[in-house]
Amino acid sequence: MTATPLHEFLKSRAEGDLLPWRAQCDAARHFGKSLGQIEVAALGWDLLPGRYRRNRATVSTSDQLRLCRSRVAVIGCGGLGGYLIEQLARLGVGALVVVDPDVFEEHNLNRQLLSSPAQLGSAKVEVAKERVATVNPAVEVVAHRVAFSRANGRELLRGCAVVLDGLDSVLVRRELAASCAELEIPLVHGAIAGWYGQVALQLPGGDLSPLLRASSASGKGIETKLGNPSFTPAVVASLQVAEAAKVLLGRATSLARRALLVNLLDMQFDEVRHG
Amino acid sequence: MQVTIKLFAMFREGRFETAERECPPGTTIGGLVDGLGIAREEIGVLLLGGRHAALEQVTASGDTIAIFPLLGGG
Repeated sequence: MTATPLHEFLKSRAEGDLLPWRAQCDAARHFGKSLGQIEVAALGWDLLPGRYRRNRATVSTSDQLRLCRSRVAVIGCGGLGGYLIEQLARLGVGALVVVDPDVFEEHNLNRQLLSSPAQLGSAKVEVAKERVATVNPAVEVVAHRVAFSRANGRELLRGCAVVLDGLDSVLVRRELAASCAELEIPLVHGAIAGWYGQVALQLPGGDLSPLLRASSASGKGIETKLGNPSFTPAVVASLQVAEAAKVLLGRATSLARRALLVNLLDMQFDEVRHG
Repeated sequence: MQVTIKLFAMFREGRFETAERECPPGTTIGGLVDGLGIAREEIGVLLLGGRHAALEQVTASGDTIAIFPLLGGG
């Protein structure tokens, strides 16, 4: 490979095969590129941005490049969505499409990672964008302050390698699952209520609908009775991101045909086969 | 006839985890659910012998029915 000025610059600033953050910022400024573009270039030359050093035993440098080149959608930026976005950004997924029509309200503060008293009234997607810019500015965020539906699904999910479900309605989840099936995009489903949660993966050709029973006209489940404490969205979102990482990295996915039903009160994980 | 009912998550509260129940032949899953005082609109995953089932399905002696609540939060 011919050494370009950028390559020479990055090599000269690398510490072993690690690229320090300061060098990544200097390269972006010097060459007029985004931090994400520098990251892709560095990874292509087997230089690992130093911030991913502790990913390394789990995510190799070539895996990191794959993540960096991936676009992932998070539909819903509330309890699940906040943790999904945080973890995907820290993992190093290159582009996040975040979708939510709402603003933060006081009753979100007990669990929604992106919420804070100072952000009450702010659009969730805008706060998500600010948060990612703070924790990993190499990640591009495309924010859509809209409610997801089948009508806008094709446009919102365009180019996404995987979609993560952070919605709060079973009925909208059914629309999301249908959109993902139609577009042949893997969907990592998650839902919560009280001490309980569920996680599943719909690969192209799969069918999540047995897990999304249209029992109630409102699309709400037992969370209307139980509410949602702080720990359940964190657990379920983490399981979703682990599964999404495997989809992105082409590793064996464990939840393709079995859902995990999480009971944090009895600390039980039950498995249910589906689609 | 006898069926085995397994309840999950909050459906266990004030009820049981697993129980054997006597019921007349022709009893549907919905009938069993109603007998347990569980609201149908609160039901999520519903399994008959490990397969996804509908409330209208008729149970047979020896069947195992698993009932999970509908989780809609995010």
